[in-house]
Amino acid sequence: MTKDECKQVVLDIIADIAPDEDLSNVKPEVRLRDQLQLDSMDFLDIVMELRKRHSIEVPEADYQHLASLDSCAEYLTPKFIALAAKG
Amino acid sequence: MNSCSHYDVAIIGAGMSGLAAGIRLAHFGKKVCIFERHNATGGLNSFYSISGRKFDVGLHALTNFVRPGVKGTPLTKLLRQLRIDRAEFALCEQKQSRVAFGPNGETSLRFTNDFVVFENEVATQFPKEIDGFRTLVAAIKTYDDVSLDVAPISARAVVRAHIKDALLEDMLFCPVMYYGSAQEHDMEFGQFVIMFKALFLEGFARPFDGVRVILRVLLDKYRQAGGERRMKCGVQKIISREGRATALVLDSGEEITATHVISSIGAPETERLIGLAPQAAPLETGRLSFVETISILKCQPAAIGWGSDTIVFFNDSARFDYACPSASLDTRSGVICLPNNFDFGPDRQLSEGIFRVTCLARYDQWAPLTEESYQAQKTRCFAEVQRSARRFLPRISDSILAEAMITTDMFTPRTITKFTGHMGGAIYGAPIKHRQGRTPLENVYLCGTDQGFLGIIGAMLSGISMANFHILQKK
Repeated sequence: MTKDECKQVVLDIIADIAPDEDLSNVKPEVRLRDQLQLDSMDFLDIVMELRKRHSIEVPEADYQHLASLDSCAEYLTPKFIALAAKG
Repeated sequence: MNSCSHYDVAIIGAGMSGLAAGIRLAHFGKKVCIFERHNATGGLNSFYSISGRKFDVGLHALTNFVRPGVKGTPLTKLLRQLRIDRAEFALCEQKQSRVAFGPNGETSLRFTNDFVVFENEVATQFPKEIDGFRTLVAAIKTYDDVSLDVAPISARAVVRAHIKDALLEDMLFCPVMYYGSAQEHDMEFGQFVIMFKALFLEGFARPFDGVRVILRVLLDKYRQAGGERRMKCGVQKIISREGRATALVLDSGEEITATHVISSIGAPETERLIGLAPQAAPLETGRLSFVETISILKCQPAAIGWGSDTIVFFNDSARFDYACPSASLDTRSGVICLPNNFDFGPDRQLSEGIFRVTCLARYDQWAPLTEESYQAQKTRCFAEVQRSARRFLPRISDSILAEAMITTDMFTPRTITKFTGHMGGAIYGAPIKHRQGRTPLENVYLCGTDQGFLGIIGAMLSGISMANFHILQKK
């Protein structure tokens, strides 16, 4: 899993949660909340879909790492790699 | 113990809130079963057939309507949380609605799904109050109405701080109370905010085929997510030990177990299943109940001059008195719904005309009657309700209406209790709401009416919020 693939995983989840958002120009370095209309219920869903689809656990204390696509990639990519190594 | 009869979550009641909770939980892999005593889903918002004709109950209009592209409102939150494409509801907007006050509706405020129409009506008819009205609306828009822990404040007090004219004050409260208040005379301000936004700042719409479209979408989602459903299978008792529910006894006597229980049947009703702790006072049940008359017309309402209004909230008296009547019925105020007057598009109309009227009623004046007296009272009240409501619509002669009428039906407080299990015929549940959905048992949570998000969108959001808050967010 590369960081770009990881970003795509997050984007795919957002596309399913919020089909009414335009995701064609999401800037990876900008906070998701600042460019998309996502509320705390939506962020909870990102966490839950990560668990459901990819068995990735994000503890509540780490939610801050999901702020932007870049920070998602930083935080999640090692988790995906660790999971792949285990599996 | 049969291993099939253990669930992660058991949900009591297949109404809007129970179904919405079920969809969330099943989507995220919980083993869920909804237990519903009746053979129909929908609870307070359902439909039934008599001689092949379908009647909707509950839902006049789906409130909280916003057009595509408007985000961050209850409707969009709901669609996202349940992964519903808004095209699935195929919502058609209202034409116009009114609040009509005075013995013959002399003061009338029109509103549509464009808030500016309502604002202009207030400015024209209450010029001294328009500034206060605008500051009130600003306060409503900034209020955090979905917080799960706020101190209750009086909506009457807040509104009076902005609006001095009692007539306008009552005209704002009438629709808001009729569409969701379980409290007499006043409301908690947070509840007022939820309903004011739902009715005025957002708006009314309905699917062409009414409430059954919404139920069908919810049922499909629930089934696709893997949720189970047992109909004609009520829960008669919740067995507990050391503050936790350990099993549910079904009407059949069968016992099932569940890690969590979500109850949509109301707070006092849930308490009754749990059994009261020694010396505890029972929870207060709601006192507000209603009758609704339904008249089926062989023509569109427009053909007899009733083509403009979708919903009319009316009151004939000096003050609007939202309270349990002292007699069986109070026809001084009420709500008229003409479902034909949604904008279904140029080539489509409901096959028959429908004229519905809701008025306040008193449960204990209906419940104990013998069948014969009950039928006689229904007939008498039907006529009174119709007579009262017609004062607020364009005048037509008795003979024109009689000529157009094919059939009628009516629900009463007794019908409500029979089909929904709500004690006292209390459509909007108990006056005290439980925002966090807590009950005396740590793994039993409330959703729906008595959790306190109002309207049908509110009901679904209630199910979603409680599933998220108590179950999905925990791990």
